[in-house]
Amino acid sequence: MAGSVLEIKDLHVSIEDKEILKGVNLTIKSGEFHAVMGPNGTGKSTLASAIMGHPKYEVTGGSITLDGEDVLEMEVDERARAGLFLAMQYPSEISGVTNADFLRSSINARREEGDEISLMKFIKEMDEAMDFLEMDKNMAQRYLNEGFSGGEKKRNEILQLLMMKAEIGILDEIDSGLDIDALKVVAKGINKLRDENFGCLIITHYQRLLNYIEPDFVHVMMQGRVVKSGGSELSQRLEAEGYDWIKKELNIEDETINA
Amino acid sequence: MTVETKQPYNDEYISRFSSSRNEPEWMKELRQQALSQSESLDMPKPDKTGIKNWDFDTYVHEVEGEKISALGSLPASVAALIDADNAPNLYIQRNNSAAYLALSEKWSEQGVIFTDIFTALQQHGDLVKRFYMKDAVNIDEDRLTALHAALMNGGVFVYVPKNVVVDEPLQTIFWQEDDKVASFNHILIVAEANSAVTYVENSVSHNADQATFANVVTEVIAGDNANVSYGAVDNYAAGTTVYAKRRGVAYRDARIDWAIGQMNDGNTISEHITHLIGDNSGSEAKSVVVGRGKQIQNFTTNIIHFGKNSVGSILSHGVMKDQASSVFNGIGKIEHGASKSDATQETRVLMLSQGARGDANPILLIDEDDVVAGHAASVGRVDPLQLYYLMSRGITKHEAERLIIHGFLAPVVNQLPIETVKNQLTQVIEGKVN
Repeated sequence: MAGSVLEIKDLHVSIEDKEILKGVNLTIKSGEFHAVMGPNGTGKSTLASAIMGHPKYEVTGGSITLDGEDVLEMEVDERARAGLFLAMQYPSEISGVTNADFLRSSINARREEGDEISLMKFIKEMDEAMDFLEMDKNMAQRYLNEGFSGGEKKRNEILQLLMMKAEIGILDEIDSGLDIDALKVVAKGINKLRDENFGCLIITHYQRLLNYIEPDFVHVMMQGRVVKSGGSELSQRLEAEGYDWIKKELNIEDETINA
Repeated sequence: MTVETKQPYNDEYISRFSSSRNEPEWMKELRQQALSQSESLDMPKPDKTGIKNWDFDTYVHEVEGEKISALGSLPASVAALIDADNAPNLYIQRNNSAAYLALSEKWSEQGVIFTDIFTALQQHGDLVKRFYMKDAVNIDEDRLTALHAALMNGGVFVYVPKNVVVDEPLQTIFWQEDDKVASFNHILIVAEANSAVTYVENSVSHNADQATFANVVTEVIAGDNANVSYGAVDNYAAGTTVYAKRRGVAYRDARIDWAIGQMNDGNTISEHITHLIGDNSGSEAKSVVVGRGKQIQNFTTNIIHFGKNSVGSILSHGVMKDQASSVFNGIGKIEHGASKSDATQETRVLMLSQGARGDANPILLIDEDDVVAGHAASVGRVDPLQLYYLMSRGITKHEAERLIIHGFLAPVVNQLPIETVKNQLTQVIEGKVN
């Protein structure tokens, strides 16, 4: 199904009664790669978590729709089945559940009953995806994220993204804690998905990742809002000059939420 | 404080029972003495669990069971435990009768004994006498243990001679077909020096309403450098009150590893102690529990270090739902002189409903300086962030909870060496938590 649209309008989000997002507007269409950048503490990860439905975040205003459907009305699992995927910054460790069993359950969750992926096909797809991401095959039988290094966790998130065939992928600081080789592999995984049926929201505070994944649109977040949008030239300027020129331009003294 | 029990089986009955089983004289005397001791001994006092109103008296002591001529004729609940095409070493006890026994020739030729306890008493009486309720469990520990000795009515004897490594599991099934029959089963496993054995046991009953009693003693003796791997799934039905004692003794360089699925539906006291006597001995004691309904249970897992450089680790995971209530005592004890020893334990209880109760008590008792010890304990609900993570991949809340619970209980499931037993435990868990 080509042509998904994730539309975020005037989104307000609080955590423990503290307002973090203060009116975010963003539209992501299939085929587009968007990067959201900004210094720490400006609400980028909150945006990702709110889209997916993290239990600690409370949406106090605005709307999120996917192809016109109200995402905020959906349970977390329904959001995923509707086509959203969040690669998390801190994926949970779940003891006793193997990575392979979890992946298969996840894939089947998006398929109709009676149309589950066959074991053979699943193993083949997983093997291919793991090869592509240069992952140790043992990781299929290890418990989900348990004892994984930071880099292994991130690769594992991308493995899921590759195999689950989401319409919109959201990557929450997928580059944090990665060395350059791991970063290249992760970027390779994401670039593989680039086609007209897949839209992506990449949250990062380093330009570095964007050297390997070129965004079509770049947005800068400060004080819980998107304060500036542009093309990939914007991220290059941020890399070269930092955020001070934006703060000056917009008359912002402290870019973080507490400002 | 003692609890009065009305003992329906007297000295005369026990003497007759022993004779009818052609037991050696020492066994008859042991029984009679145990019975008289039981009258003056106190009831066990499980920590934080009152057992005053528990029914330890309603049962029938002896019920015969028919021989099993073909494994194909078994009811589904028992058949599911067996890989009928590949069960070369299998003992099935039906009520109080030895109903089926197979031991591969390659083991019997090497002197391995795997037989019901009564045959063992007749054919290997001296060997049984050397170990029976001597080094592991003592008859006079409490009234119920003495009663066990007096009324022992089933069980199995495993003996592995020196240097023999049995590399196939020995499987036992205790099938309480009759709803009233008591199990006073006695499991005695002796692994001589440098030997190895894997033993797997299932206890099954179906008495959802009919009251009865299981008073089971397991003794595992691992000689120098012997290796015993013990797996068990207790699955007594709701009508059975269970008193289960498991005791291991590990000598120099020996290992005893336990994986126990405590799936009883009735009130249960389980006391599980491993003595690491020898230097460099080791034990892993893993157990998982699912409590439901109005069940009251008390689990004590204790590893006592005497030998230097001995390593013990305890893992207890419990899932509690409905109004079930459980106490988990994990005790790592390092005696003076057991230097360089390592005692760790992890007790975790997952609460699935408001009315359930779980009590995790990690205890370290250390009388030696140069040791490593640690513990972790927690009682809580399913982690909302784990749920969120799984649900964010499209998995429903119900399925996500199911995955987390099965994962939580996996340490024991995965360790069971027989595929059918593993699958059956998974199914029992499934049936209980849903």
